[in-house]
Amino acid sequence: MNRATRVSEEVAASPLAVQGLTVSYDHRPVVYSVDYVTPPGSMTAIVGPNGAGKSTLLKAAMGITRRLTGDVRVFGQPIERMSRHIAYVPQRNSIDWDFPATVIDVVTMGLFRNLRWWQFTRRHHREQAMESLARVGMEAFAERQIGQLSGGQQQRVFLARALTQQAELTILDEPFAGVDAATEKAIVEVLKRLREEGRTLLCVHHDLATVRDYFDQVLLLNVRRIAAGPVEEVFTERHLQATYGGRLSTVQLARLVDDQVPVTLGSA
Amino acid sequence: MSDFMMFSLVPLTVAVVISMTCALLGNFLVLRRQSLIGDAISHVALPGIVVSFLLTGTLASTAMMLGAGASALGTVAMIELIRRLGRVEISAAMGVTFTSLFAVGVLLLEWHQASGVHLDVEHALYGNLESLIWFDGTGPAALFDPVALADLPPQLARVVWVGLVVAAFVVVFRRQLILGSFDPDFAASVRSYPALVDLLLVTMVAVAAIAAFEAVGSIIVIAMFICPAAAARLMTNRLRAQIAWSQLFAVVSAVLGYLLAGQGLGWLGFDVSVSAAGTIATLAGVILLLACLWGPHRHRTGVAASP
Amino acid sequence: MEIWWRALTFTLGYNTSLVTVGSMLLGAAGGMIGSFVLLRKRSLVSDAISHATLPGLALAFILAGLWQGDGRWLPGLLLGAALSAAVGLWAVQTISARTRLGEDAAIGAILSSFFAFGVVLITVIQSMQVTGQAGLTGYLVGATAGMLAAEAQLIALCALGLLLAIFVMRRSFLLVCFDAEFARTQGVSTGRVDLLMLLLLMAVVVIGLKVTGLILIVALAIIPPVTARFWTDRPLRMVALAALLGAAAGYLGVTLSSVQEGLPTGPLIVLAAFALFMVSFLFSPWRGVLAALLAYQRFRRRVHVRQGLLALAREESIFDNLTLKLLQRQGYIRRDGVATLPGRAAARDAEHEERLWALYRERHPDDALQQEHSGLTPLAQVLSPDAIMALEAQLPPKPEGGR
Repeated sequence: MNRATRVSEEVAASPLAVQGLTVSYDHRPVVYSVDYVTPPGSMTAIVGPNGAGKSTLLKAAMGITRRLTGDVRVFGQPIERMSRHIAYVPQRNSIDWDFPATVIDVVTMGLFRNLRWWQFTRRHHREQAMESLARVGMEAFAERQIGQLSGGQQQRVFLARALTQQAELTILDEPFAGVDAATEKAIVEVLKRLREEGRTLLCVHHDLATVRDYFDQVLLLNVRRIAAGPVEEVFTERHLQATYGGRLSTVQLARLVDDQVPVTLGSA
Repeated sequence: MSDFMMFSLVPLTVAVVISMTCALLGNFLVLRRQSLIGDAISHVALPGIVVSFLLTGTLASTAMMLGAGASALGTVAMIELIRRLGRVEISAAMGVTFTSLFAVGVLLLEWHQASGVHLDVEHALYGNLESLIWFDGTGPAALFDPVALADLPPQLARVVWVGLVVAAFVVVFRRQLILGSFDPDFAASVRSYPALVDLLLVTMVAVAAIAAFEAVGSIIVIAMFICPAAAARLMTNRLRAQIAWSQLFAVVSAVLGYLLAGQGLGWLGFDVSVSAAGTIATLAGVILLLACLWGPHRHRTGVAASP
Repeated sequence: MEIWWRALTFTLGYNTSLVTVGSMLLGAAGGMIGSFVLLRKRSLVSDAISHATLPGLALAFILAGLWQGDGRWLPGLLLGAALSAAVGLWAVQTISARTRLGEDAAIGAILSSFFAFGVVLITVIQSMQVTGQAGLTGYLVGATAGMLAAEAQLIALCALGLLLAIFVMRRSFLLVCFDAEFARTQGVSTGRVDLLMLLLLMAVVVIGLKVTGLILIVALAIIPPVTARFWTDRPLRMVALAALLGAAAGYLGVTLSSVQEGLPTGPLIVLAAFALFMVSFLFSPWRGVLAALLAYQRFRRRVHVRQGLLALAREESIFDNLTLKLLQRQGYIRRDGVATLPGRAAARDAEHEERLWALYRERHPDDALQQEHSGLTPLAQVLSPDAIMALEAQLPPKPEGGR
């Protein structure tokens, strides 16, 4: 029996569909039985309190962390064969930035899959990397040692590396953590442009105030999936309360939810 | 000249090749902050060799290299098991593993002392570079004489082979090594199999450690792994340049160390020669000391990024 | 066999008994200080310290040899060892604090280059006209056979003193290990306490050189604490237990080595400690591997069965082979994947439970978050029957068809 044919059309079209994904450390579930079908061409925020398993969910989906159970598909195919369609931006502070590498070295790492071991990085590879750097406004820093960059600049370099991967789906882990306002704006611009090109974005996000401005889909997560869907339907007081419990004050909640700003993504 | 050919050519070549091989791998150990894996693996070289000798009854290269590979994988497996299943911190897990295995090695060695193993504890700790004498190396002509060449100590061919294998490994896997050292999560996401590359690196370290074992012993080889690479790290911010510096430091400490050991005290008026391996490693340490004091890139960058 | 029995019961003469007692005290001191160092995550610093003793040892030997013709003068050797270990320790600290190199590289570089320098000095000694050279090997892998009574007394006394010092300092050590920030707000100088901790570690290492040898002494500071960790979560108990385990390892090792002439003491002590470790690692009912593996397997099966049952209830297809196998084994599905009667009943129950949980989470989000649950715990274990009844009453009618 051919399993690939049995997936639904929704899953077949989705750049990342997870079903029943469970990850545990020491038989304590960190992520429990999460289902999520990423709509193609969407920009999804994964939102939840600290320790809710947001990063773990993504890492397990990509096969970086081992999953206990669960099925992960990319365009209906098992992810093991399809991982080249995914670009990944890890958390910036998981990295030793004292590493002896320049900005261009890091961005070229995005071409890893295109280069066999006997090949050297040629001029066109370099140009591809420079193009990505230009998209994040960092082309002037190409030869800079990565340790000399500010937090925001480091994040842009990571984004540039993901751009060179030219993947259908880009997964970002807290891209706005600890970056300056200018960088945040620049990154959002790049992400929106990617979405206009029809690519899909999946992003761990911790700033509830900007969810409505930046994203069109949201997955509320606290070990389990609390709710998921279009921001205007799902990003509600009831769901946030269920996600964060008493950790969000009523005032905070009211400010987030009563904000009647329409979703501005399309019009940007 | 013939004295040099007979007594010094082979030890010197072996020392240079071993130092360069170990320093090459050391670059990645230092970058991954895994220098202590090198420490653990070199300690485990002893039981690896003793066990493979007891099993096969020979100290031939193949048996020893297989023993090296097996002992490296065994060590890593044991460390990982203790770390993951026992939830023990990694350096403590290493400490438990390598001290126990080293103890096994020493005991086995003492136990079988009578059965004529050409090894003893001191030998295992200091090595014996000076014993690599080329009896037929009576003059420059011997270099072209197949009969004389056949008489070369087998250790020379062994370290050259290992050097070539290690160099090939680093060239072929350079991208995986760099990627896995810098950003293992990203490496896993692009299917560069960082865990597997890690294991290969550790295996290479074990192979190099065993090849070096007979010549320099299991402790001094740690200096070969770490000191040149660590000193090189303080000289530059570019990986290629770092590797080049490490190779330079390795050659300098090997050549200078060997000469000093043989002649150094003679210049001071004492008629003794001291352990060449020890002197080489001491010099490597001195080079590191100088780099710590004056290396142009001795300070950290990117501190702002750490949380 | 009989000789071992006599060794075990301290009836093999004054010297052997003294050595045994000394090793036990040493093991206890190593286990105690090692526990703190382990909690501070700096276990392998002791490896650097122990290897760094060699040049001092050799220099002291040379000086003593030049002065009195025989290099074996234990107090002098220990003093030399302590001095060079202190230099090594200082170098490790300075390199990892002042340069970009990590502590791992600093430890590796210092231990190997100091040891190498020691080897150079030993080859110098070998060319000198000094007696007692063979005694130096004993410092590499440990030799208690033929130890003088005075030496054994010195070791035992020093170990006892260290044990007392560590005991006195235990609370400050613990405070710093547990929460250095908090300790600082309490007016504790963490730098000074850390330094004292490492100095005591160094003293244990130096005292133990003759017993286990410098390569293996590090095991006394690592293995017993790691072993103790398997049996308790309370730090002071762990320290006490590590002391006991260290003493046991010293006792077993020294007595074993007195049985067979010429077997080095160090490896035997280490292997005794390792045997205790393996037993704890495998069989400790709390953190042991067997217990953990069993718990993991049980948990994995529960997750698979639960997810499989929910999929059955929602009439979704199941892809996971393990899930299919487990459901089949429990008689919930037939070979062709169709649910059996009990399977359907179990699926209904699972879904009902799931909906109750969901409702509970919705109605009482704060309480639900307090429970570290995954929904796997039966609700009956979390809530009183009354509360469940109340939930049941609020449960909306089941919507038709899937989710």
